[in-house]
Amino acid sequence: MESVLVGVDRSDGSRRALAFALKRAQVNKWSITIGHVINWSRYSFPIGEDNEVRPVQRRAEIEAARAEIIEPLVSWAEAENLRGDVEITVDIRHGRPSEVLATIADERGHDVIVVGRKGDSDLRVAIFGSTANRLAQHATVPVVVVP
Amino acid sequence: MTTPFSLDFAATPTTSLAGSVDDALEKYFGPLADWLADVVFYSVPVFGTEVPLIVTWLVICGMFFTIWLKFLNVRGMKHAVDLVRGKYTPADAQGEVTHFQALATALSSTVGLGNIAGVAVAITIGGPGAAFWMVFAGFVGMSTKMAECMLAVKYRHVREDGTVSGGPMYYLRDGLAELGFARIGKFLAVAWAAFMMIAALGTNAFQANQATQQLVGVSGDGSLGAWLDANRWAVGVAMAVLAAAVIIGGIKSIARVTSVMVPFMAVLYVLACLTVLLTHLADIPGAIGEIVTGAFSPEGVAGGAVGALIVGFQRATFSNSAGVGDAPIAHSVVKTNRPPTEGFVASLEPFVDTIIVCSMTAMTIVVTGTWKGSDVADVSGITLTSRSFESVVGWFPYVLAVAVLLFAFSTILSNSYYGMKGFGYLFGDRAKPEMVYKGVFLCFTVIGAASALGPVILFADSVFFLLALVNVIGLYFLARVVRREFTNYWRDLHSGDIREVGEISETGGRVGASER
Repeated sequence: MESVLVGVDRSDGSRRALAFALKRAQVNKWSITIGHVINWSRYSFPIGEDNEVRPVQRRAEIEAARAEIIEPLVSWAEAENLRGDVEITVDIRHGRPSEVLATIADERGHDVIVVGRKGDSDLRVAIFGSTANRLAQHATVPVVVVP
Repeated sequence: MTTPFSLDFAATPTTSLAGSVDDALEKYFGPLADWLADVVFYSVPVFGTEVPLIVTWLVICGMFFTIWLKFLNVRGMKHAVDLVRGKYTPADAQGEVTHFQALATALSSTVGLGNIAGVAVAITIGGPGAAFWMVFAGFVGMSTKMAECMLAVKYRHVREDGTVSGGPMYYLRDGLAELGFARIGKFLAVAWAAFMMIAALGTNAFQANQATQQLVGVSGDGSLGAWLDANRWAVGVAMAVLAAAVIIGGIKSIARVTSVMVPFMAVLYVLACLTVLLTHLADIPGAIGEIVTGAFSPEGVAGGAVGALIVGFQRATFSNSAGVGDAPIAHSVVKTNRPPTEGFVASLEPFVDTIIVCSMTAMTIVVTGTWKGSDVADVSGITLTSRSFESVVGWFPYVLAVAVLLFAFSTILSNSYYGMKGFGYLFGDRAKPEMVYKGVFLCFTVIGAASALGPVILFADSVFFLLALVNVIGLYFLARVVRREFTNYWRDLHSGDIREVGEISETGGRVGASER
């Protein structure tokens, strides 16, 4: 059975990406993993007090992402009757979104990654790059960017 | 530019209220510092020089661990860098405290005025040769750090909610208990925590003192400079208010901003040193010569080579704190399953702090020749360093003032944290007494700024070395544990049991898959 990784964040593009993936998953009997990456760098300069509570903080961040991003997205898909009987798993991690999504796809053996396009201005993309672009460069499987 | 700085405030005719505050602090604080220094720095005569036993104590410890671990501080350097770069960080450590972050946190408290002012103090007293001994102490200090930070991770305390707490008090107590010395361990742990509370006050006073000195120095001889000079306590109050906002007001964002700025400032500082060195390219070989020959046969240094050695060792310890045990608190929170990993990473701390940054300062002072000035005995450490930069880039003392304020402030903050950890270990987390300690801590920021350099440095040094006394006894007790851990880790690393993340294992999957 084929499986799809849908990379999501807080943007509207995530809904379009999920809708796109769910429609095809229903027809083709695919399973879906919703992946969300909390922006995090191993190279930061934290303070002692923050480090001490980091394990707690990390769990809290993952729970918050689940409650504020993933669950609303899934309920929206159900409300729109997009879900059907597609099997959905969730994977929330920390790191650089493009790298980590590629890693998740590798680890779980997904056949394709679907992400939404942010619709950032050209200038923003020129300066900061875009997750979708970087992902297309990194990933070992095809990447579908949903406009 | 620089105001001649007299150690005797009574000589400055001040009639203002501020002046009398200065006088009072000087009068009551000075004798206390003198008494404590006499106790801690008990000296014995060696080759006609008075050698404080406590200073040799730390370097002997560093030499012992360097040999005991068979120069692992050198052999493991590449591995340490790989660890910091995250090459061995498993996926389940994503989002946790990384080796880099633990090192960065520890460094922001270590890189302070010891690297800027302390080096100048060493060269003023011990000549250029003192710099050589500082680097030597930094080198053996790498091994001490390896041992203490490995232990801090191994014996750290994970609370029910998952928060982590570690440091000498835990490895002294639990580590020694495992060896059957529970009572000694308990005593050492309590003593260390108590000394940490006091040492934090001393370090804090020293940092405030030197930052104020530089600020007064750059504000010139005009009305502003004169006012600041007469009202140093005001600078202390300003720093104390900012620190209070963080440690009492809980405005952590101030601390977070500081911790991000410090590394950038440190890089800027090193670049500034390199700028000075570039303009004195021709003098560099001579300066290196002066440093090396001065280490073994200094001219005009009280106590000769031994004198240079002692002051170098003392300042190096004050700068990188190897063996003191405060940094292990910061290192203990790293996410790792193998304590030695943080040991390797921690060994980079004295390397960066002493072998790189302190050497840069030393070279800058020696090539510019400012340490030969006629009044060096009367100016403070920071003023001397400032002059070295000024001789090449006229406006640099202003940048240095900003850097110094920042380093001082970050070190003050991290010391308040270390002091609170000591406090917490002894008294638990009780709000009222905690408040009292924080209040006393902030008073010392003001005292340090207002009081003269002599007593402040004496006091800070004394309590600092008391920590080392207790901590190193524990390290000797645990030396076998240290060696066993490192030996096993090194063996596993070279037999392929520990791999870089992303390498494909025999079973086909990637190593370090996340926990789910």
